[in-house]
Amino acid sequence: MSEAVEVQGGELVKRHRLFTRVWHWTNAVAIFVMLMSGLMISNAHPRLYWGQYGANFDTPWLDLTHWLPQGRFPGWITIPSTYNLALSRHWHLAFAWVLAFGFLAFVIVGLLNRHIQRDLALKRGELAPKHLIEEIVHHAQLKFPTGAAALNYNTLQKITYILVLFGLIPLLILTGLCLNPGLSPLTGWAIDLFGGRATARSVHFLCAMGIGGFIVVHLTLVVLAGPYNEIRSMITGKFRVPHDRKPRVAPEPAPELAGEAA
Amino acid sequence: MSGILTRRALVGSMVAGSGMILSGCDALGNNPQFREVLKLGEDANYIVHRSLQDRMALAKEFAPNQRSPIFRSNGTRMPVGDAYARHIATEFRDWTLVIDGLVARPQVLPINQLRAMPARSQITRHDCVEGWSAIAKWTGVPVKLLLDGAGLKPEARYIVFHCADANDGTPYYESFDLLDAYHPQTILAWNLNDQALPVMNGAPLRLRVERQLGYKQAKYVQRIEAVASLKSVYGGKGGFWEDGAGYEWYAGA
Repeated sequence: MSEAVEVQGGELVKRHRLFTRVWHWTNAVAIFVMLMSGLMISNAHPRLYWGQYGANFDTPWLDLTHWLPQGRFPGWITIPSTYNLALSRHWHLAFAWVLAFGFLAFVIVGLLNRHIQRDLALKRGELAPKHLIEEIVHHAQLKFPTGAAALNYNTLQKITYILVLFGLIPLLILTGLCLNPGLSPLTGWAIDLFGGRATARSVHFLCAMGIGGFIVVHLTLVVLAGPYNEIRSMITGKFRVPHDRKPRVAPEPAPELAGEAA
Repeated sequence: MSGILTRRALVGSMVAGSGMILSGCDALGNNPQFREVLKLGEDANYIVHRSLQDRMALAKEFAPNQRSPIFRSNGTRMPVGDAYARHIATEFRDWTLVIDGLVARPQVLPINQLRAMPARSQITRHDCVEGWSAIAKWTGVPVKLLLDGAGLKPEARYIVFHCADANDGTPYYESFDLLDAYHPQTILAWNLNDQALPVMNGAPLRLRVERQLGYKQAKYVQRIEAVASLKSVYGGKGGFWEDGAGYEWYAGA
């Protein structure tokens, strides 16, 4: 969105364009299916290893059976909700296509309509320590932008989106491809880059956890920033500009106290 | 206060919504038509994998010191029944491999003849569908050699491997297209890590198809059958796990 020269608090403006909205919800569905079916797949062998191989007689760097109730991810968080490795793989392998090609479309369209260059790219000065500290403090104090600033991604948002969109998701896709034995002649270079298939599998899991963490923070901030307005902007595109916060006025001294002082 | 109520109500509805999402996914997953839609993912993987790389491209081979300390067993560890027990007692001297179906020259090959044929050795990584991996050295006769000897008929499209183990009475089998059947690394192994193949790993003949997941590596192989279609083979989905549990026939993804 181009930065509005003047917008009034309370004004209803266009914020997210159609493609961004369609991609957002498609991607949301794909991500949830991938995460939940992925947890069911993890339940088949909930141990992670480093290196070229890893199986029951090898030492895992992370044994999830020690951390999970009854040694596995519970059914309320998996697809399907009862143990079924075959079916969870069907979900995972089908929606992998939705995730990967959806992401590809986002990058291509985002470059063409300049959403990436204009809205996501970091601008000069945004990474200055003073600026970052100020934004972190504001976030911690739950002071959300008002007026025109509310129409733009703030720096922390940009950094997060860049890390997820151009870090975690591509890495997730690459490590996923490394796990395909049918592609192993092609992906051998990537498997070796990670130091082996077992490591690629571990990185795959860690990326998934990273995205899970992002979702938790993202949803929390949506709720705190005003869920109705935020969600509507991602459905219809329309966003009501928050009013400026009222300035704090020093209280008048009480007449009695003033009198006593005198 | 109304703002707080709004947020609380929203959080509550999100929690309720996640429950609905779950039961919705289960209902979808159990719907046969929707399962066919999900299966498109496997079909797409098969097409893309076959299109993207050279058909003879090899899976990575490792150095001897990169092997797993222990190559674990999975699935059947000991076929039930007197027939196999007798084979163990006679150290598999009487084991034969039948090659039939759509071939010009059906074969019955004694195990000793198989062991005397030109052998291929390879140190490769076994990737189980469950997620674990293990590296071992396999030595055995290339399946291509066997198929060439039998003379495949033009109408043959798939190669089925029938096995001596049965789970709850259902015979174990796996099948492949000709591309994987003729792949240089597709062998009937009779040797694991320079030792005779252990019973728990499929003695005396264990299939290796190095670009697919572990459940496709059929153990206790006693018959190779060339067919034009998989539809009339047992449950028609191309394998024991495919028929019984819905695993993918193409296990390269």
